[in-house]
Amino acid sequence: MSNARHILGISAYYHDAAAAIVCDGEVVAAAQEERFTRKKHDPGFPGNAVRFCLDQAGLGLGDLAAIAFYDKPLLKFERLLETYYAFAPRGLRSFLMSMPIWIKEKLFQKKLLWDHLLEVAGPGRPDVPMLFPEHHLSHAASAFYPSPFDEAAVMTVDGVGEWATASLCHGEGTGMRILKELHFPHSVGLLYSAFTYFLGFRVNSGEYKLMGLAPYGDPGSAQVAEFERKIRERLVDVAPDGSVWLDQDYFDYATGLRMVREDRWEGLFGMARRDHADELEMCHCNLGLAIQRVTEDIMLKMAAEAKRLTGSRNLCLAGGVALNCVGNGKLQRSGLFDRVWIQPAAGDAGGALGAALAAWHLHFERPRSTCGHLDRMRGSFLGPDVTDQDIARMIRHFSAVGEHFENFDDLCARAAAIMESGAVVGWVQGRMEWGPRALGNRSIIGDPRSPDMQRKMNVNIKYRESFRPFAPSVLAEDAGEYFDLRGADSPYMLLVADVVERHRKPLPPDYASMPVRDKLYTLRSSLPAITHIDFSARVQTVHRETNERYWRLIQAFKARTGCPAIVNTSFNVRGEPIVCTPEDAYRCFMRTDMDALAVGDYLFEKHRQPPWPEDRRWKEEFVLD
Amino acid sequence: MEFLKDLFAFLMERKKWWLMPVILVLLLLGALLIFAGQSAVAPFIYTLF
Repeated sequence: MSNARHILGISAYYHDAAAAIVCDGEVVAAAQEERFTRKKHDPGFPGNAVRFCLDQAGLGLGDLAAIAFYDKPLLKFERLLETYYAFAPRGLRSFLMSMPIWIKEKLFQKKLLWDHLLEVAGPGRPDVPMLFPEHHLSHAASAFYPSPFDEAAVMTVDGVGEWATASLCHGEGTGMRILKELHFPHSVGLLYSAFTYFLGFRVNSGEYKLMGLAPYGDPGSAQVAEFERKIRERLVDVAPDGSVWLDQDYFDYATGLRMVREDRWEGLFGMARRDHADELEMCHCNLGLAIQRVTEDIMLKMAAEAKRLTGSRNLCLAGGVALNCVGNGKLQRSGLFDRVWIQPAAGDAGGALGAALAAWHLHFERPRSTCGHLDRMRGSFLGPDVTDQDIARMIRHFSAVGEHFENFDDLCARAAAIMESGAVVGWVQGRMEWGPRALGNRSIIGDPRSPDMQRKMNVNIKYRESFRPFAPSVLAEDAGEYFDLRGADSPYMLLVADVVERHRKPLPPDYASMPVRDKLYTLRSSLPAITHIDFSARVQTVHRETNERYWRLIQAFKARTGCPAIVNTSFNVRGEPIVCTPEDAYRCFMRTDMDALAVGDYLFEKHRQPPWPEDRRWKEEFVLD
Repeated sequence: MEFLKDLFAFLMERKKWWLMPVILVLLLLGALLIFAGQSAVAPFIYTLF
């Protein structure tokens, strides 16, 4: 190996393409391609993200120690061929569809990657090795190496990588050992995605909607118990170590072009597959609750097995299933581990970062250091910055009318006053977040005490389903006052915790069996906009060390209202990737009923802006998720 | 050439020699497809492949 210290990590060609760059094992930059191309879950080569990472590090391709891709294409191809062989003649149609893609492109992924990289960086292929760590090893590396732990159990769970669909590892210092794997077609992620599909949401993006729907189910009802029994008896056998066996007679994903065999599922559950436009009924909520319970049980069993195998007091999590923050919250409260740390980009985008870290620490065997109680993710603010030039360009482009604040605290005070009046603010500061959650740098924010805020944000601003909950950003030092986090931090909004008893409101006696819409508009706590139907909240604890500006804003809101929390939702509309540049933000601001937009040290109030010329057809620009 | 080297190294490591003729036949078919100018259609349900 040369003296080069940088590794470029890439994930691409399936979904959520991304790039990340690390220097001496420290994360320098990371971004998802969708934020640049404005195409949600963009699976193509992440040319823009690669260019951003190289620019941020001030490097060319020739300066890199290695390029790491987040999975092994040949191993994946082996899995495909063996699966088709095992299921033949079933799957012929799928085989005929997938093989041309592989033979034309995916089998030659190294060449394809180089071709794309040279398009970004210019001609002349440098003598830089290209490495291919396994998919779940990439996830595990993304979970362990940036964590604050010297030693930890590592659990990765997702749909599928090459063969593995879940893994348990043990990380110690620089090393990591894989202890156990679960293999395709048996997969917790695919099981959850199958229910996502059956309940009318989009696979690979609608899973979090299913998670949000589950609490609307009636937890004491016979129907939920019956659904859960059927899932366990007919669809999935859960072993004591958390490994699963899925009865492939009910599923179609291994060789077909659908997730499930609908006729069998309809017979099993006594209801038709829901179309995305159909009204949500109680039976859908109850089925969602049943699969959520089964998933949580599997996660807890897997974690217990990780504990048994490693004896560790710390747990790191990654893989798409680690975005199930309800399950994460239960895991954290189970007491199995003293501390739980979750990679903020737990899905496949995070594989880019994991691949780079695996290359540095495992391939090149370079040492790793931890930095006390803090992790090494820099608050996950690893994307493009907002500069004054960007803001000036935005103002010129849109003839926007803004007010500049010399003192940032004055801007915070004004934004807090606007929120207190019931208005909604777009908040764009500093570097963009890495991972699917907006953490206060590309966020839409409001007053969580307002009973009307959830409906207003869902219907008039995000243009999304009214049942979907919002999350609170709360000052870390005040979090325990409102949420039962048991001392844990949740800086990446990946833990769900209950609103504490003293902030809850009494519920009507028939609450559990009330229709979805009536439940939704029942006042449940002193922070109604962020209290979900079951008194839970997807909490983000805001720390001064990692995001001072956002912390100061919430401080200003607290000084004005006494409330140390605000509503935080990602700065986008339904189907749109989170905004990246000030121009993206202004466009989104003007297209919705947002009342004000703060970008850097500027504030733009809606009533002062020139008329927006666009008609309502802009919504067609984004495919609904 | 680099691909064949990688493929050979992969088969050596995995010891799955039976895949060799399958892959070669598929590559030949692939070459035919490319000459015939067919397009690859992307799967749409779950990106397993």
